Amino acid sequence: MFLENFFDINAIIYTYPLLLDGFLLTVKLVAVIVPAGIALGTILALIYALGGWFTKAGFILYVDTFRSLPPLVLLVFIFYGLPFLGIQLGSFASAVLALVLNGSSYYAEIVRAGIVAIPKGQWDAGRATGLTRFQTIVYIVLPQAVRNVVGPLLGNTLELTKATSICSVVALPEFLRTAQIAQSHVYNPTPLVFVALVYLILLWPLARLVSRLERGIATH
Amino acid sequence: MEQIQYYYFNLPIMRDALPTMLHGLGLTVLMALTTVAMGVGAGLLLAILRSYPSRWIRWPIICFVDVFRSLPQLVIIILIYFALPYAGIEFSPFWSTVLGLSLVLAAFAQESFWAGITATPRGQWEAATATGLSHTATVLFVILPPAIKTSIPSLTNRIIAVTKGTALGSAVAVQELLAHAQSIQSVVANPSPLTLGALLYMAIFAPMVAFSRWLEWRYRWSR
Repeated sequence: MFLENFFDINAIIYTYPLLLDGFLLTVKLVAVIVPAGIALGTILALIYALGGWFTKAGFILYVDTFRSLPPLVLLVFIFYGLPFLGIQLGSFASAVLALVLNGSSYYAEIVRAGIVAIPKGQWDAGRATGLTRFQTIVYIVLPQAVRNVVGPLLGNTLELTKATSICSVVALPEFLRTAQIAQSHVYNPTPLVFVALVYLILLWPLARLVSRLERGIATH
Repeated sequence: MEQIQYYYFNLPIMRDALPTMLHGLGLTVLMALTTVAMGVGAGLLLAILRSYPSRWIRWPIICFVDVFRSLPQLVIIILIYFALPYAGIEFSPFWSTVLGLSLVLAAFAQESFWAGITATPRGQWEAATATGLSHTATVLFVILPPAIKTSIPSLTNRIIAVTKGTALGSAVAVQELLAHAQSIQSVVANPSPLTLGALLYMAIFAPMVAFSRWLEWRYRWSR
């Protein structure tokens, strides 16, 4: 009875082409959103470190705004709200925009925290050898800063990967969405259980790694 | 410019939508508070249990934490709401969301508290045991108070991240803030209620984010 309902192999065999498409779309979303989020976040953190008080205030406004908005609210606004202005992005582009805005704010804050934690002497040493401020931050400060915040960066990547599941709400046929469609085809929750298991198997090692890195920082 | 004002900051529409949206906001706040109470409470309990030197206690807790750190929040909520009824277990949309988020918060809170507990110097344990305190008394009265203090910044960030997930309730038809904003938006054919919703979310979460920024700044300088 229990196995029939939650682990019905036939339900998976019947719906697997659909689930495979959904899985691949989730992978595609992650492959676009994570690098874009890291790149934008790093650029913002560099602007913060090099800029004056005005750019610093702008940075905090950007980061805190997108950290206070639930990503789903942002996504609904972009997907349902922007078309009124004639900006029709479609569900994939809307999802990418919403999650890059959300993800980049967290990445930016993490990289910023890493940069300000680097001792001032590193800046002075770089400048003393004749590097410009920009060269100093890119070649000397940033590499050390990133090494110190690898744990939080990976942690945010895990969160962002998981967050792609909210795109199911704007009818983007990613992994969770296809599981819901599959469930309605077979009148059985097995596809949902299957999708949860795949998420678990793929993300568990990353979650382990993140908690190991966080523990490492706490003890050293 | 006029178009932007008409579509996104339409004050008459916002005024009409406000009473309903405030109801939604009330439910959002209620969900958030219930989630924090259940999630942080369970996380603290798990962290205390994990300190007992028995693998039969430790391993199930580590498994629980890993599972709920790895699964997306929405997947957990959908499983509770759409899959559990097949096993005869039914939760309302409200409780499906709150339970799902509480499980996630419990896992993350456990990690925060546990990091605080393991950061306590060994000498504290030895000193407490030497004065004749039991394991339970040592954890509760000696180890936990400073450990909780250490864990506050990371815990605050987790609480913000998880309580923002209350918006996911709209996917299982909880009539919270986002759900109201969307339904009014489709009735009046104008997205101003979405702007209002976003502003109301920011009214709750922006102070919390600012608070966490202040906490991190303070903790850094107190060390």
